[in-house]
Amino acid sequence: MANGARDLEAARPGQEPAQSQSIWDRIATSKEFQDLMATKKTFIVPAFIFFLVYYFALPVLVGYAPQFMDTKIGKVNLAYLFALSQFFVAWIIAGLYVKAANNFDRLAKDILDKADKGDK
Amino acid sequence: MNISLVMFLIFIAITLGITYWASRRSAGSAAYFAASRQIKGWQNGIAVAGDYMSAASFLGIAGIIAFQGYDGFLFSVGWLVAYLTVLLVIAEPLRNAGKYTMADVLAYRLKPRPVRGMASLSTLTVSTFYMIAQMVGAGALVKLLLGGYVTYNQAVIGVGILMIVYVVFGGMLATTWVQIVKAVLLMAGTILLSILVMAHFHFSFGQFFGAIGQVTYHDAKGAVVVKDFLQPGLRYKPPYGPLDLISLGMALIFGTAGLPHILVRFYTVPDAKTARHSVVWAMVLIGSFYIMTTFLGFGAATIVGPDFIKVHGGTNMSAPLLAQALAGNVFFAFISSIAFATILAVVAGLTISATTSFSHDFWTNVIHNGVERKPGEEVMVARISAFVVGAVAIGIAIVLGPTANVAFLVALAFAVAASANLPVIVLSIFWRRFNTAGAVTGLAVGLLASIGLILVSPSLMAVDPPTVVGTARHLIQAKAWFPLENPGILSIPLGFIGAIIGTLVSSEPSSQEKFNELLVRSNTGLGAEKATAH
Repeated sequence: MANGARDLEAARPGQEPAQSQSIWDRIATSKEFQDLMATKKTFIVPAFIFFLVYYFALPVLVGYAPQFMDTKIGKVNLAYLFALSQFFVAWIIAGLYVKAANNFDRLAKDILDKADKGDK
Repeated sequence: MNISLVMFLIFIAITLGITYWASRRSAGSAAYFAASRQIKGWQNGIAVAGDYMSAASFLGIAGIIAFQGYDGFLFSVGWLVAYLTVLLVIAEPLRNAGKYTMADVLAYRLKPRPVRGMASLSTLTVSTFYMIAQMVGAGALVKLLLGGYVTYNQAVIGVGILMIVYVVFGGMLATTWVQIVKAVLLMAGTILLSILVMAHFHFSFGQFFGAIGQVTYHDAKGAVVVKDFLQPGLRYKPPYGPLDLISLGMALIFGTAGLPHILVRFYTVPDAKTARHSVVWAMVLIGSFYIMTTFLGFGAATIVGPDFIKVHGGTNMSAPLLAQALAGNVFFAFISSIAFATILAVVAGLTISATTSFSHDFWTNVIHNGVERKPGEEVMVARISAFVVGAVAIGIAIVLGPTANVAFLVALAFAVAASANLPVIVLSIFWRRFNTAGAVTGLAVGLLASIGLILVSPSLMAVDPPTVVGTARHLIQAKAWFPLENPGILSIPLGFIGAIIGTLVSSEPSSQEKFNELLVRSNTGLGAEKATAH
């Protein structure tokens, strides 16, 4: 348990050296960190909103336009196909996120490297 | 000897072997609570899937689709899509900034004692309710399968003892591997069943969906009914059905990311990137599984038929009965023992998340101000609380009995997770102004609103005919005050509003000062908990 416990102790308010608080502030206001946050936002916010809209369209349409959703398409209906499409859309968004996140990792690594140097 | 019994015993022997192996390598808190953070991404992904695919989804979903067709499939959709919230919003910040529980993230900026106390209460509520639903299900299932050998009470006690043994002796490492074994078995069983269903229809989707278009059964009055089971609206009927459907969607989408037994899994991997990959692994498995509920559910509706299922164990037996119809008693026993394994693994996962929260949040941090008075105390308290949690769950499940109406408990767990846990986690990560008063109010309002609304919902309030007896009867024999089965549509906004109002009426400069620290930690992983060597 040793390491974990001490890390948490160090992070508890009041027990922390004054200048270490300013390290966090310094990183938070640095250009690199602002870039990371901006890059994350450009992907995550639209992706999240798209997924909410696409998902909630399903219960809304099925609930309030059941006849329309029962429109036959071959042997199945629109309702089933739309529900099935949700799985694939979720997988695609997850895949795109993983790809975008590689970029986040790169930006975060720069910040970590710099913070390491600053500490020592 | 009963073949189901043999398969149950084989699974139990394997899991006890895992527990013995794990018990020799889980010394210390990080090892016990987080498997030393050395679980690989794919392993954790399978374990997340195992934790998530409970009896409610395997037996429950197959049953709902078998009886109510398309509307049941909507559960399947929500259960997968919900993982996008976990992936995009929760998993990485949580792993970066926390240690063993979701409360770790809250305690960074806020006053640890009140926040951890409330978060622990909410975790214990979610886990216990969910666990009781699983235990009653396990007891009923085992009784049905091994009627001649085991009674309901013996089954509940057996399941309870096994889950205590896994958690007490094997900790998170054993629980993780039990989940992995179970998830692999569940996937294998589901794939086999799906192939057999398609073989029944000569591998023609045209024939399969043709049969779904005309499911024949007898309604409550005994008249013959032919229904298109792909048609929406068999379960969620006007006037309140559509709203209930949206409410359910909200509870799933926002609740999954607040389920304590899922969240603790992200502490078992070395870093945030691995946590991310484990969510993706989980999404592949969970998605494939829920797509296959098409074959399980509609297969049961078309091949076995609602009439037969109704008199041979009821909705929850749809998947095992389908197995029996397709490939006889040995396959029936195989699918049933998978269902049993599913329940056992899920209750173990719930127990470890409950005990972690009790011992780490409540005992160490609330009562003893974050100091372990002697090494190993945290783990010892967790082991003792596993006994208590297990005993309480066994007791309640026995009092309720096999026919108890407990399906709403799973809905309640999701509602509490979505209305109490998720708002405070999200606001704590994203809102600089957020503070302790906001977190405590948010958790309390979310918890009370979910429980209160379910209490006056049709799940607990209805007038039963006199033929319904004992605990199968609704708790309150009157017309429901709240028309929806799922409170999410009201309780989730209430949780958020509670948290926001609580924040705005109070001021806590230290929380705002520490926001930058949490922001940097959760987004970069600076200072995150590292994996430990054995």
